[in-house]
Formats: sequence, C-alpha cells, structure tokens
Amino acid sequence: MNGGDSSTPLGKVRGLGSAGEGGGHWLTERVTSIALLLLGTWLVASLLILPALDARTIVEWLHAPSGAVPMALLIVIGFKHALDGMKVVVDDYVHDEGNRFACNLVLLFLAVGGGALALFALARIAFGASA
Amino acid sequence: MTASIIHRVSGAGLSIVGLAVLTWWLTALAGGADSYAAFAKVAGTLIGKIVLVGLTWAYFQHLLSGIRHLVMDTGATFELGINKTFAILTFVGSVLLTAAMWAYLLGVVK
Repeated sequence: MNGGDSSTPLGKVRGLGSAGEGGGHWLTERVTSIALLLLGTWLVASLLILPALDARTIVEWLHAPSGAVPMALLIVIGFKHALDGMKVVVDDYVHDEGNRFACNLVLLFLAVGGGALALFALARIAFGASA
Repeated sequence: MTASIIHRVSGAGLSIVGLAVLTWWLTALAGGADSYAAFAKVAGTLIGKIVLVGLTWAYFQHLLSGIRHLVMDTGATFELGINKTFAILTFVGSVLLTAAMWAYLLGVVK
C-alpha cells in the first residue's frame, strides 16, 4: 500500500468484477467489436453483391486479395472477440474456481484450434488454383 | 434487461454455432466441388435454413445491441425512456434486417 492511497481494501476490489481482473480485456472486447462492425458489414454486403453463391463464384471471390484479406481479419478478430465474450459469460456463471479455469481453457483451445482450421482453409482457397 | 441477456445469448450462439458454420463453410470450399455440394445440401434442408436464418438474426441483433452498449459505455442513454426505446429499436431493426437480407438472397426482392 503506498502512502498517498487512502482507499479501503473494499474500495480496491470494487469494480473489478467476477473475473477479478480485466481492464485490458474490457477494452479489447470493444476495439474488436468495432472492427467486426466493419468486417461483418463487409461480409454481408459481399454475400449480397456476389452474382451467385455457388462454389466457383465464392472461391473466385476469396482467391482475390480483396476477398482473402478481409476474410482472414474476420476469422482472427472474430475468434478473438468470441473468446473474450465467452470468457465473460463463463466468469459470470461458473463460480467454482477450478471449473472456471477448465471452462476457460476449453474455450481457449476451441478458439485457437477453430481459428487455425478456418485460416488454413482460407489459405488453401486463396493460394490454390484459380477457380 | 431483456436486451442485455439477448446480447449474451446471441453472442454465445454466434461464437459456437456461427463460427462452426463459418469454419465448416470455408473447409468445404477448400475441399473442392464435392465437399461444397455436401455443405450446400445440409444448408438447404429445413433445419439448415432455420439455423442460417437464426444466425443472421443473431448477427444483426448482436450488432445493434452491441452498438447500444457502446453508446451506453460513453455514459449516454441511461434515462429510462430513451434506454427502453433504444432496446426496442434493436429488436425491430434486427428482424427487419434479417427479413430484408433473406428476401434479397432468396430472390423475393431484386
């Protein structure tokens, strides 16, 4: 405790929330949400603008940098935002510390594994033979 | 209250079902014509369509209530009247946007 700090122990823990930490997490969740606002609008607009939704048309779209780069960002930021959001839900509703750690670990592995799989699939499309 | 819990439910749905469908869609595309045909067949069933329309609604709902939460993060719109109006608008908006998108995708409106 430093000399100039007059707050009580209760005052120090107030507002930290059920996770007991997380100022950076809170901000990251907001920043990724704004990025996804743009990327989600891009995805919806692209699906509406594409002349058809058959494999050939979609592969051609994701083969070009203008499709592959935003999709890569959507995958990475989307999985990150999902992980951050699901952590809030787990921290709020899973009260036992051991179970909470296990749930967050499963979420982390699912997010990293799923994100890697989606990125690999996108890379195959983007760097594969042109449709 | 309702808008807040729906924000969590739609977010969880998008995280689990939405990202699973996105990943399946991309792996099916990467796998070639046959694997995409298998995906399209499942997506075209009644249950597939219900899931896709549900995800579209969850996306627009989470998007609009997310904007509402960002506005509330600035300390604005905490007055009861405007707060409730904003919450109701997110529900009306998400249903309208979902209907508009599917009407366009299914060729009802061109």
